[in-house]
Amino acid sequence: MLILTCPCCGVAAEESELAPGYEAHLKRAGADASDDDFESYMFARKNPKGVHFERWRHAYGCGKWFLAARCTATLEVFGTYSAQLPEPPAEIVAAIRARRPGWQPS
Amino acid sequence: MKHYSVFALAREAMRHHTGWERAWARATPKARYDAVIVGAGGHGLATAYYLGKNHGITNVAVLEKGWLGGGNTGRNTTIIRSNYLQDPSAAIYEKARALYETLSQDLNYNVMFSPRGVMMLAQTHHEVRGYQRTAHANALQGVATEFIPPRRVKELCPIIAIDGPRYPVLGALWQPRGGTARHDAVAWGYARACSAMGMDIIQQCEVTGVRSEGGRVTGVETTKGFIGTKKLGIVVAGHSGQVAEMAGFRLPVEAVALQALVSEPIKPCMDVVVMANTVHGYMSQSDKGEMVIGGGTDGFNNYTQRGSFHHIEETLRALIETFPMISRLKMLRQWGGIVDMTGDRSPIISKTPLGDCFINCGWGTGGFKAIPGSGWAMAELMARGEPGPLAAAFGIERFREGRFIDESVAAGVAH
Repeated sequence: MLILTCPCCGVAAEESELAPGYEAHLKRAGADASDDDFESYMFARKNPKGVHFERWRHAYGCGKWFLAARCTATLEVFGTYSAQLPEPPAEIVAAIRARRPGWQPS
Repeated sequence: MKHYSVFALAREAMRHHTGWERAWARATPKARYDAVIVGAGGHGLATAYYLGKNHGITNVAVLEKGWLGGGNTGRNTTIIRSNYLQDPSAAIYEKARALYETLSQDLNYNVMFSPRGVMMLAQTHHEVRGYQRTAHANALQGVATEFIPPRRVKELCPIIAIDGPRYPVLGALWQPRGGTARHDAVAWGYARACSAMGMDIIQQCEVTGVRSEGGRVTGVETTKGFIGTKKLGIVVAGHSGQVAEMAGFRLPVEAVALQALVSEPIKPCMDVVVMANTVHGYMSQSDKGEMVIGGGTDGFNNYTQRGSFHHIEETLRALIETFPMISRLKMLRQWGGIVDMTGDRSPIISKTPLGDCFINCGWGTGGFKAIPGSGWAMAELMARGEPGPLAAAFGIERFREGRFIDESVAAGVAH
């Protein structure tokens, strides 16, 4: 079972306590955005086979959203971090590079 | 190709079965084809078959990174139905179901289509209203379904507990000509028929890149070298995102795991397919006697073909409530497949930003039932370069235009 440590309350939460929120760091398209930008924000997804950043909610715990770095090809978890951050923090990137040398954000 | 018949069987029985030939030829890639299809699952092989049969294009290669039919074609619960709410869905799924009716004769390969009837239980008042609406929609679409009362549910499937404490059965949407088919045979039958038309089915040949020139596709890089083509069809289900990335575009698709399982074989106890969407499980009995069981998808992106165990627990909990007699059954095998889910839970059969490159994906959790119709529509799109009536509504541009075929709301669950 997938276990993610909630960065808000520190609990190592099992998957059944969590609600998935799919791709993280999507840039919201505003009211003046083009159709392409809006489509990209609403629907187009990276859906990578490998390192993936996702939103999760500790639904049956503290109830807060957080972000996780995970590998979709091996189900390995690299770490979790605050949903307030606009991009993965340095320690998460370091944890990914320790396991995937040369990894570059796409 | 030698014709399969009772006489062929008798002839081979007389000579110790030494005369059977390979169902499809082992092929090595040629330098160039008129059309290359990536993915030798049901949808890819059906596309190739109808390209040859309906459009006379037989200089075709079907490339498969693993083995034929080893992806989702070999990993589903083989349910065939067409009781959809939205018109474009009902049209393509009904086309597929109608083609399944005569597929064995058409392919000269027994796909064991068994129109035993599919029943979708209504276990809340909301579902009763929803399925009554679907039954009316189906009547207008020419899909034979009816809404039946609980008494009739019990007659058709006596092992259902219709007066359960939590979700009593209030009725069901009944499609008498829905059913099941033998999943491997569908892939094998199409492969044999394609091979007989002179097409190359190349297994263990992974596509590693898409080559283009002036915005038009010229071929694919593979583990067996470069293969040139005039037209490219991407029909790879779970890995659509990867191949699309090679071709230089993104898709509104997420890959998640969907699991299924079978019990130990028992004596015949249900001769219909039952789907219970409120508690979210579905079950039918295979010809071998195993109960074939499926449920919901995982909630996260995953390419590993294995899912989370708690989903199996949830599915079985739901089905034991609906079918109390299965509570002591032992489960024999469990597996997962990677399904490609779109935002509106409807498939994509479309042109792409790359010229002469076409994609067929997004069938999500319900692709098996659509195989013949999907192949029919995709072949039409590839042959003409423009979608025909079946595929027209399923273009990728519908997401930008806000013209969804919203089966996620219609079905209430993954479907």
